[in-house]
Amino acid sequence: MILRWFSHFATRAANRPMALTREQIASIAALARLDLTSAEIPVYQDSLSRILDFVSALDRAHTTDVAPMSHPLPGLSQRLRPDVVTEQDRHEQYQANAPQLAAGLYLVPKVIE
Amino acid sequence: MSDWHTSTLTQLAAGLRARKFSSVELVRACLARIDASQAALNAFISVTREQALADAAAADRALTAGSGGALTGVPIAHKDIFCTQGVRTTCGSRMLDNFVSPYDATVVAKLKGAGAVMLGKTNMDEFAMGSSSETSYYGPVRNPWNPQLVPGGSSGGSAAAVAARLVPGATATDTGGSIRQPAALCGITGIKPTYGRVSRYGMIAFASSLDQGGVLTTSAADAALLLREMAGFDANDSTSVDTPVPDYVAALEQPLAGLKVGLLREFFDKGLDAQNEQRVREALKVYEQLGARLTEVSLPNLPLSVPVYYVVAPAECSSNLARFDGVRFGYRCQKPRDLTDLYSRSRGEGFGAEVKRRIMTGTYVLSAGYYDAYYLKAQRVRQLINADFTRAFGSVDVLMGPTTPTPAFALGAKTSDPITMYLNDIYTIGANLAGLPAVSIPCGFVQQLPVGLQIVGPHFSEARVLSAAHAFQRVTDWHTRVPQGYA
Repeated sequence: MILRWFSHFATRAANRPMALTREQIASIAALARLDLTSAEIPVYQDSLSRILDFVSALDRAHTTDVAPMSHPLPGLSQRLRPDVVTEQDRHEQYQANAPQLAAGLYLVPKVIE
Repeated sequence: MSDWHTSTLTQLAAGLRARKFSSVELVRACLARIDASQAALNAFISVTREQALADAAAADRALTAGSGGALTGVPIAHKDIFCTQGVRTTCGSRMLDNFVSPYDATVVAKLKGAGAVMLGKTNMDEFAMGSSSETSYYGPVRNPWNPQLVPGGSSGGSAAAVAARLVPGATATDTGGSIRQPAALCGITGIKPTYGRVSRYGMIAFASSLDQGGVLTTSAADAALLLREMAGFDANDSTSVDTPVPDYVAALEQPLAGLKVGLLREFFDKGLDAQNEQRVREALKVYEQLGARLTEVSLPNLPLSVPVYYVVAPAECSSNLARFDGVRFGYRCQKPRDLTDLYSRSRGEGFGAEVKRRIMTGTYVLSAGYYDAYYLKAQRVRQLINADFTRAFGSVDVLMGPTTPTPAFALGAKTSDPITMYLNDIYTIGANLAGLPAVSIPCGFVQQLPVGLQIVGPHFSEARVLSAAHAFQRVTDWHTRVPQGYA
């Protein structure tokens, strides 16, 4: 069954209906804050199109009246805790990994002129 | 001490307590094996030699004073996804090449508290995204059974280290099969516990509704021992479940007779290598001889688990990995023009190809206009798969089947087509989607390569699943086989 299902994708991939354009890849990369080289774009154009085609198999499942499942242990709700301070100030240890610091502040390029 | 590797972790812990050898001797012997194998296997990213020897000396003092814990002096390795205070924690990525964790993951702290001695951090697919351990910034890990082949992934460094007997046990994580698939491909035992059973605090997040920490060892008894020390409620992890941890070691010997085993019909089809299938069927015969009752069960929606996973996991990863922005920690690009350039180039240069592929897939399926069609749809199908498992566990105690479709494959064989690589996890992803505990144990060989049997149980049935694995290992010796060159 799984192989049959797999070959279904192989044939669909050959005459793929929904290849992503260069512009779409550039736009996704911009949303994700990923700088891509011009050589990377066609690679992701191809593989993302294949992945989207692959996952389009989900369309075959009937999910009317099926609730979306976001947590693998249904029925468990988010735990609450008393609103008290539990963290100590360890900013010096945490900031030891910072690329650029000044007076305990993270430095980034100027945002406002 | 040069023959420690013929002993299990449980035996080594007992030997240390009986003062038959010291932790320093054992740690030195392990370090020697790590050094000798590193060029061939590349299983480690960092080896923490000095700290390990100091910790071993402290363990010996505790053992002499009679104040040792369950694991005092036992050497282990941590997958480099677990934060270790004062020790570089890279997650296999250039992004974290310079990251020295300011704190310990709960798993690390608990194992340390039980007396285990860390020898180093193991290699892995970058951010645990991969099934072959080829996407690491630190180069691929190789399979000890054949260095031309992959060890599986993403916990390939931990798996190779345990299979080659460089350490008797190692931590690992499993989002879609990253403990069980390398366990199968390296001929060792691996358990992915129930979602929420092991704290994820300090375990670098990939896909938060799927990620779970576990262990790789050479036997189910060793996995039970490590898991007993690792598991449990942690207020620092909001998904941690507050339910008591049974004594998995004490539960190992529970009788197997009468165990109702469901054979997953969807796993025994044409996608499964014929010889792999034969080994799995032979293992099932062993279970039958031990008194298990085998029936076939069908989980009709299970074949959709890979497409569900490749929507849900990238979506969650695109959100989790947003924190790597070149500002507070991790890689920062040279001479950023402005803030957007700082973010984009730090991420573009710091992440590898597969990580970027998944971030972009996730960004796309969560973006306006596509959310309902992809993400919400995948969550609904996930519900169907979960319901299939619930229904199956109404009539059987555990499910069994192969862990992987084939034995280990060649380096580079599946790197050009992501879908081919993704399909390697076809039998393992279901347990992640439903949050179920699952083990993989070695059950034979195909052309000198190990094959894995997978056992999946209902939520929080780790004791049952491990004892079923242990029952098999009491009457077979596949788990004692050591790759040539490491015997």
